[in-house]
Amino acid sequence: MFQVRIHGRGGQGVVTAAEMLSIAAFEEGRHAQAFPSFGSERTGAPVVAFCRIADKEIRLREPIMEPDALIIQDPTLLYQVDVFSGLKKGGYILINTTRSFDELGLGDFVRDWPKERLCTVPATDLSRQHVGRPMPNVPLLAGFAAASGVIQLESVINAIRTKFPEKIANSNIAAATAAYQFVLDEIANARQGEVAHA
Amino acid sequence: MLKQTEGSHAVAEAVALCRPEVICAYPISPQTHIVEGLGEMVKAGEVANCEFINVESEFAAMSVAIGSSATGARTYTATASQGLLFMVEAVFNASGLGLPIVMTVANRAIGAPINIWNDHSDSLSQRDCGWIQLFAETNQEALDLHIQAFKLAEEVSLPVMVCMDGFILTHAYERVDVPTQEQVDAFLPPYEPRQVLDPTQPVSIGAMVGPEAFSEVRYLAHAKQMQALERIPQLAEQFKEVFGRDSGGLTHSYLTDDAETIVVAMGSVLGTIKDTVDEMRAAGDRIGVLGITSYRPFPIDNVRAALQNAQRVVVLEKSLAVGIGGILSTDVRMAMSGLQLHGHTVVAGLGGRAITRKSLRALFAQAARGELGHLTFLDLDWNVVNKQLERERTTRRSGPAAESMLRDVGVIAARIG
Repeated sequence: MFQVRIHGRGGQGVVTAAEMLSIAAFEEGRHAQAFPSFGSERTGAPVVAFCRIADKEIRLREPIMEPDALIIQDPTLLYQVDVFSGLKKGGYILINTTRSFDELGLGDFVRDWPKERLCTVPATDLSRQHVGRPMPNVPLLAGFAAASGVIQLESVINAIRTKFPEKIANSNIAAATAAYQFVLDEIANARQGEVAHA
Repeated sequence: MLKQTEGSHAVAEAVALCRPEVICAYPISPQTHIVEGLGEMVKAGEVANCEFINVESEFAAMSVAIGSSATGARTYTATASQGLLFMVEAVFNASGLGLPIVMTVANRAIGAPINIWNDHSDSLSQRDCGWIQLFAETNQEALDLHIQAFKLAEEVSLPVMVCMDGFILTHAYERVDVPTQEQVDAFLPPYEPRQVLDPTQPVSIGAMVGPEAFSEVRYLAHAKQMQALERIPQLAEQFKEVFGRDSGGLTHSYLTDDAETIVVAMGSVLGTIKDTVDEMRAAGDRIGVLGITSYRPFPIDNVRAALQNAQRVVVLEKSLAVGIGGILSTDVRMAMSGLQLHGHTVVAGLGGRAITRKSLRALFAQAARGELGHLTFLDLDWNVVNKQLERERTTRRSGPAAESMLRDVGVIAARIG
């Protein structure tokens, strides 16, 4: 079972992101369970949503306390919520930011991490550019597909088409495709960097 | 058709397939998405011959449901928590009058203190209201139970609550198989009421009954629930023939045959319990699970039969009978009377407290060692409780308890667990 925890703020589509991730996994014939953290959500308040993906029926109903991957839609949460709580050593981390892990003050925390599992994605910028709104959820999902390979970009695109009407879907697909390529390039650079260091 | 969708939406689709004629409801979390979905379907003309009535309160919702059901219309509503409490007088009337209304209860805690999260306090507070109460374990079962509920309600002329865990099920996206209209039509015939308010053939419904016949009328309600006890497994069989899957019934047993310890529970927590039991089985523990689907009528013989070869029974319930302990436990203990086994009540998951495998595993291991008491509050923070008790012992004007205890806990925004 693969478990993803998504952190963000009310209004950033955190719950929608988890739901779309579950739809993408379902599209690939897998079992998936997405659910929100059920707080009194309001715009700007910290929100958490979860998604489990497995090859058999998912019966477990506890919150995800030991995620395999973290998607952080708002980097200001790093200083407010214990977003890394329970994250498996070497798990995937995707942060919506234009800064690096070092610049965010996370350099020491991820010192031993495999570099290709650390992704920064300018998701808000990509969304502004393609959708015209600051909605980081879809670009980050596509980035997660690129980084992890747990789901395919095609499935993310199908999930976008399921969730949104055609016009909004098309602009989100453009943002997703750009984010997917961004993360592929980022990972390739990280691997080259590791080879250069070795 | 297999779909990945929200539990609330799956239920809305199931209700629409049952061809309701009147839907009336007042929004309250976590039920709201269900009636929102139905409202959209009715407005889009996807539900033939159905009227969606906006009402001003839950009391009005159940009153309208009573009126429409009495005219022979298949009637649906949904609520939760304080909303259910607000309609209680009408809830008792609906069952007393023998009107087959189907209502979803998206289970949520009851205040004070105000809490929007899941537990079973709301529907269990209506234990004796005369409605049939069915509890869903998954969103698939929630969907399926609504289809069975209309048939059961109309056959025995009693209203049915389909209870599903608020948020945990209502807001979860998971895989569900949504049946076709042909399948539902093959299972659920048109409603043929026993009594109809019809100006051309006037009758009185709800007249006063004095001591001369009140007991007899009330006994009839009990007799009908006993009929339901027989019909529920039969309907589950019929359902399986048409839809090809096991859903509903009175109880579900999981690995109970050779179990020394059996855990009894209702609703979605059964999934987490089963995963925990699998882990413990792999380690050699003889432990099993009994899920109660039909809480009212309570399947006392089935429960007894399922438990009689165990050595101990742990009833894990998302409810608290203040002043005694368990609500579900009381019924399970009754089913166990005369059996020589240890009984334990565990109150867990109140107001949305997460029930984790880790806590369950420690709890069940403690039970298996014979070290569990009669009444346990899972994961209770004794420091917070004792601090408040001490404050009340030493200070007369100790202030509002809930607010003081929140301060002691030191609430952190968006806690994960």
